[in-house]
Amino acid sequence: MDLRFALEVAVSALMIAGGIFAVIGAMGMVRFRDFYMRLHGPTKSTTLGVGCVLLASMSFFWLKNGHPSLQDMLITLFLFITTPVSAHLLTMSGLHHKLPSAPETKGQPYELDDEDDIARN
Amino acid sequence: MLTNAIAISALLFMLAIALNFYRLIIGPSIPDRLAALDTMYVNAIGAIILFGMWLNTTLYFEAALLIAMLGFISTVAVCKYLLRGDIIE
Repeated sequence: MDLRFALEVAVSALMIAGGIFAVIGAMGMVRFRDFYMRLHGPTKSTTLGVGCVLLASMSFFWLKNGHPSLQDMLITLFLFITTPVSAHLLTMSGLHHKLPSAPETKGQPYELDDEDDIARN
Repeated sequence: MLTNAIAISALLFMLAIALNFYRLIIGPSIPDRLAALDTMYVNAIGAIILFGMWLNTTLYFEAALLIAMLGFISTVAVCKYLLRGDIIE
């Protein structure tokens, strides 16, 4: 009984941590000044929040039904694989559109249309 | 206690989705809006999983998996369209 209470505390903590991470990612999405800064929110914090909630869901149904379900881990694995790919493509499209960057953003975007200069020289 | 935790976490996810919707509306460029939409579907997966826990059923895993796959495919398609002007070359 005591072990069950400890497991419930762990599942509740995981769920609330997931919600807090999602809100932190959304606040970064709203408050950062730059498209390249703004990509930090969804790629790191939101993925971690949803991963926490999926881990909590797996533990929850393990607690209820007595056997673990691996479908949650499938969703987590898929999300952890696909989020960097979509973030990379978003950055590529942002560079292609030559979006302005804030002066605090370090580094310059790689010039994508240097092929003409290379061909000319 | 688990019921209260699910309610608090669902409220936090609703707040996150509302903030992302704000960025989706005011976003100054198209990649900004696309990043906001990408974050919104990732948050919707968490909200649907929480709804399945609230109803105490495992039926919503398939819905979450479908949202994950279709959201990724649509993000990649719109990014390819923004990059190349065409989806399948």
